[in-house]
Amino acid sequence: MSVMSLLSPENWQRWRERPYYHTVLLGAVALLTGALISGSDYLTRSAIDQRRLEDLQVTLEQVIPADLHDNTLTKDTVTLRDGEREVIVYQARRAGQVQAVCYQVTASGYGSTTMFIIMGVDRDGKVLGVRVTSHAETPGLGDKIERKRSDWILSFDGRSLGDPPPERWGVKKDGGIFDQFTGATITPRAVVKAVKGGLEFFAANRAQLLSEPSAITQAVQ
Amino acid sequence: MSNNLYRDIIGDGLWRNNVVFTQMLALCPLMAVTTTATNGLGMGFATTGVLLLSNITISALRAYITPEVRIPVYVLLIASLVTMADMAINAWLHELYKVLGLFIPLIVVNCAVLGRAEAFASRQPVAASALDGLMMGLGFTLALVLIGGCREILGSATLFAGASLLLGQGFAFLETTLIHDYKGFLLMLLPPGGFLVLGFLLAGKRILDQALARKKSATAVAPDGQMSAA
Repeated sequence: MSVMSLLSPENWQRWRERPYYHTVLLGAVALLTGALISGSDYLTRSAIDQRRLEDLQVTLEQVIPADLHDNTLTKDTVTLRDGEREVIVYQARRAGQVQAVCYQVTASGYGSTTMFIIMGVDRDGKVLGVRVTSHAETPGLGDKIERKRSDWILSFDGRSLGDPPPERWGVKKDGGIFDQFTGATITPRAVVKAVKGGLEFFAANRAQLLSEPSAITQAVQ
Repeated sequence: MSNNLYRDIIGDGLWRNNVVFTQMLALCPLMAVTTTATNGLGMGFATTGVLLLSNITISALRAYITPEVRIPVYVLLIASLVTMADMAINAWLHELYKVLGLFIPLIVVNCAVLGRAEAFASRQPVAASALDGLMMGLGFTLALVLIGGCREILGSATLFAGASLLLGQGFAFLETTLIHDYKGFLLMLLPPGGFLVLGFLLAGKRILDQALARKKSATAVAPDGQMSAA
């Protein structure tokens, strides 16, 4: 009996009667689908990593003006500790000197989902730009934090820890200077808090972020 | 005979046995994504692709799958197809992925995919199953776009907002703003609005179907039901 006739539907029909057939079938399907998924992971992994890097590059370029750097942002990184968390910092250098830094902060949004925010800060601790890279806020309400849906996220540009003063770093409802959205206060409040936290992180780690020995930093000041 | 079968499959998928309006399946992804017509369209296309592939695969393997273990086998196959589609679109159609990315994993929880595997593909030849998957998918897309469109118009007074992100710059003409400075009608964008719109559309479909049935019985005196003009 050839292999082909063993696999013919009539033979399968007989095999189907055997009690172990179900187990073998399930195992075979699991093996097959497992192999298919591993195969497609192998085929797509490098392309997906490449796309992720391109997306990051695009976001970084939005928060760091092009004239501030002559290096490749995604390749020039330092890793810092912020409490429990490791922060990857992308440094924008011009002629070797760090002009600005860029890093990710997180905010807890509506329904306790995590929002990921990329922010760029210049040497003086002034915000160059903020972008929300991923979130799960309510469509039509909280999603106005996206640049493509509204200009709100631009209201951080040029702000720093002293401007506005700390007690005004909030949404208008809380006595701050930033707009909230109709029907959505929690989302912008969380973003404002996260950006403020990001600036505090910069203030606490300025020397390291700018890759300068702290003695020089103090002398400059 | 075979022509009739295909015509029935098309009519069932698009209208008579519509996934949403008649079978009332897939309400979970429906409520989640239909805040705009564009989102509905994207989800509809992604689901149609998966339905087509899963129907073909399951129909091709139907001789080997025993009734006792069919459900886990279908679940494995469908989940793998969705995962592979997710990876492939992310890697090679990345612009589309940025718009659809959120919806693709949601297809796994769409019981219509399993429903068609069970009710149709497990008993029918590959060609008929492929057509059934395609038509059920398109019927689902139709429902999503209708509900998405209603919610978008009522909720934010736009239609097909963001269509150029999904379909390319050539489709920017679809993006319409109906009322400028519209304050928005929040309820419509939240899930309750989805249920309200679905309820009204269901009622509308019933009325339409009844009117069609009355017309049909009025013309039924004509010999052997040459009703194509209806």
